[in-house]
Amino acid sequence: MNDIETKIIRSGEIIISHPPHIWKNFSTPKIMYIVFAVILLPSAAGIYYFGLHSLYIMLASTITAVLVEFIIRKLRKKNAFPDGSAAITGLLLALTLPPRIPVWMAIAGSAFAIAIAKEAFGGLGYNIFNPALAGRAFLAICFPLRMTEWYQPGNFSIDAITSATPLAENYVYEGTRAALYKDMFFGNIAGSIGETSALAIIIGGTILIILKLIDWRIPLIYIATVAAGSFLFGKDIIFQVLAGGLMLGAFFMATDYVTSPMTPSGRCIFAAGAGIITIIIRNFGAMPEGVCFSILIMNAFTPLIDKYLRLKPFGFSKVPAVKAAKKNIKKDTN
Amino acid sequence: MAVIIKKGTRGGIRINENKKSAESPISIMNVVPRVIIPLQQHAGAECEPVVKKGDYVKEGDLIGKSPVDFSANIHSSISGSVSAILKIINPVTSTIISAVEVSAPENTKGNIKKTSISTGDALKAIASIDKFNAPDMLEFIKQAGVVGLGGAAFPAHLKLSPPPGKKIDTLIINGCECEPYITADHRLMLEYAAEIICGAYITARILKVDNIIIAIENNKQDAISNIESVISSIRLNEKIKIVSLPSRYPMGAEKVLIYNLLRRKVPVGALPFDVGTVVSNVGTSRAIFDAVIEKKPLIERVITVTGDIEKPANLMVKTGTLVGDIIGDIAGIICEDKNISYELVFGGPMTGFSINNLDFPVTKSVNCILIKKVKKLHENNCIRCGRCISVCPMNLMPLMYATYVKNNRFEDCRQYFIESCIECGSCAYVCPAAIPLIGYIKTGKSVLSRK
Repeated sequence: MNDIETKIIRSGEIIISHPPHIWKNFSTPKIMYIVFAVILLPSAAGIYYFGLHSLYIMLASTITAVLVEFIIRKLRKKNAFPDGSAAITGLLLALTLPPRIPVWMAIAGSAFAIAIAKEAFGGLGYNIFNPALAGRAFLAICFPLRMTEWYQPGNFSIDAITSATPLAENYVYEGTRAALYKDMFFGNIAGSIGETSALAIIIGGTILIILKLIDWRIPLIYIATVAAGSFLFGKDIIFQVLAGGLMLGAFFMATDYVTSPMTPSGRCIFAAGAGIITIIIRNFGAMPEGVCFSILIMNAFTPLIDKYLRLKPFGFSKVPAVKAAKKNIKKDTN
Repeated sequence: MAVIIKKGTRGGIRINENKKSAESPISIMNVVPRVIIPLQQHAGAECEPVVKKGDYVKEGDLIGKSPVDFSANIHSSISGSVSAILKIINPVTSTIISAVEVSAPENTKGNIKKTSISTGDALKAIASIDKFNAPDMLEFIKQAGVVGLGGAAFPAHLKLSPPPGKKIDTLIINGCECEPYITADHRLMLEYAAEIICGAYITARILKVDNIIIAIENNKQDAISNIESVISSIRLNEKIKIVSLPSRYPMGAEKVLIYNLLRRKVPVGALPFDVGTVVSNVGTSRAIFDAVIEKKPLIERVITVTGDIEKPANLMVKTGTLVGDIIGDIAGIICEDKNISYELVFGGPMTGFSINNLDFPVTKSVNCILIKKVKKLHENNCIRCGRCISVCPMNLMPLMYATYVKNNRFEDCRQYFIESCIECGSCAYVCPAAIPLIGYIKTGKSVLSRK
């Protein structure tokens, strides 16, 4: 049985347990379902701009994730009740996919994300890499062509014309700079299902920050680092910040509890590192976009950051307390 | 005199206070036919019994004498004959200790409620305190077996004699009572304010300190105004300050309180002495008053009986009274419904320890008896959310202790400073995965201390 139950020794009607005897009623599933509800915001924006097919992708990906996790947990004889984390992974993965990708690809990516990137490491809390991003990386490497097929939003016909992502070098925007920023902010631009509407993501992220479900440091420092790096490379800062998956990654991917550091200072380093790698990939890499891999690479650094950025306890000093006290006495006698 | 309002920066979880018994005045408990008085009710060595079976003892007679300095005398709390000297389990340390059972004759009279002293008496007491010299008062306190009544039960005479070379400049009287449910100190501040203030004055005289601060959380405005008016009526305005602190848990923890009041950090492994302060509970102040002015040993204290019961109450209880007698006195709650399991806790809901037996006697350190319906929680995987880290008042990383203790890597807990943990329970309270972090920390600490 579960650990805590073995610790509660029944003796008559009186039960023994460790303090504290009261708890804040805020469990992991509650956190997960609130986050899931918030992610529905950019999802809705995705459906609005890219049509029903993106809804099918989201449904397929989310349901696959929940089912695969349920089956694997049953096989591993663990508590199989869905805690909401798989649903988040599935939906987040769908948000990073191009809008016209075949549904079976989304299912394959989602199954990989849960089975290999999450459960194979031991399930919730033990995975090293963000499962949704690992699933996307898997698809991007296996199906590079289908994964870089972008479409202009609002055109739902079968034979819609493909378009380049704004970050690609051959991207041409017909209109003024201001109109481009406006389109990018509201999401009326080619890109993955969930990443185009910066507005929806910022609203969602702000809700999560206000509810204290994610740390404000990670998105803020990540985006600020990318902005600073774009400035150094002489790029258009507003464009770089709004383009690609940066917003989605900064608010919903990099803030994943399991795969980001635990201490405030560690989180700052994590976010800054992800920002720097994004800049490097965007400027020197083979791919136009680097958010996905930058976060995955920083995920790999997380255990190291946590190991070397241990917190010092309140009242800690390098001189042991006994010696410090003796010193004080000496000073007094002098 | 103005109340100083401070913003506490350290320590910060809001807990539903549930102070159900705040409105019920301290009542005197009915006379009990027998008490079992443990000979170790304090931090330190167990006392040696000075009575034997069949002896007649009066209320307040010495029955356990402290063998060494780090200990506190034990007195009989009722008049009667010693019917046995038993061996019982000390619920705090889980070791076997001796206890004296005293049985009262049948025709014992009920206790009379003692009301707070009048202003005139308080002024007289202050005048007499000025005449005493410090070593005498310290001796009275030592003889009376006064210990810290906040929970740790540290012998008061040791707390009031700082090692030579340590300069004490501030005395903090702790009236925070930050734990949910407990109202014992709150009621004391409302009903025995004069004693508390005189006790604080005695303490300050012993320590030769001019700066006295009474710290009270701002959810007890009535206590703040009562203490304030009593202080001005006995003309100690110049010497005693009242500070109102925000109601956050664990505001009353010694190191947190010192930091919030004075912005001084008690170093790791050091005592409040090292930063020139002494922290004493309001209940202790009252006990010190009784010991020095009334020459009465510490044989009774205020206990809050609360939880999932109909009539929560504050009781003046003799030490050694059995839990079963107290609960029976309040209300018959005990387990009518077979489907509900209850938990019986000595102390508050955040730090108290549960007992499994109604035959445990209350000791000097018990400030609350909590009867709670048990809610079963399943321990889930840690999701590394870092909530335990962000609430820790000692700036520790509690989740690491759980990981290491589960894997028997106790030495590694030291790298994360497990000794600095004050076991306030904030981390386990907020943990979304319901990991019993305090259980793991206690296990880790006890294994390390045995090595």
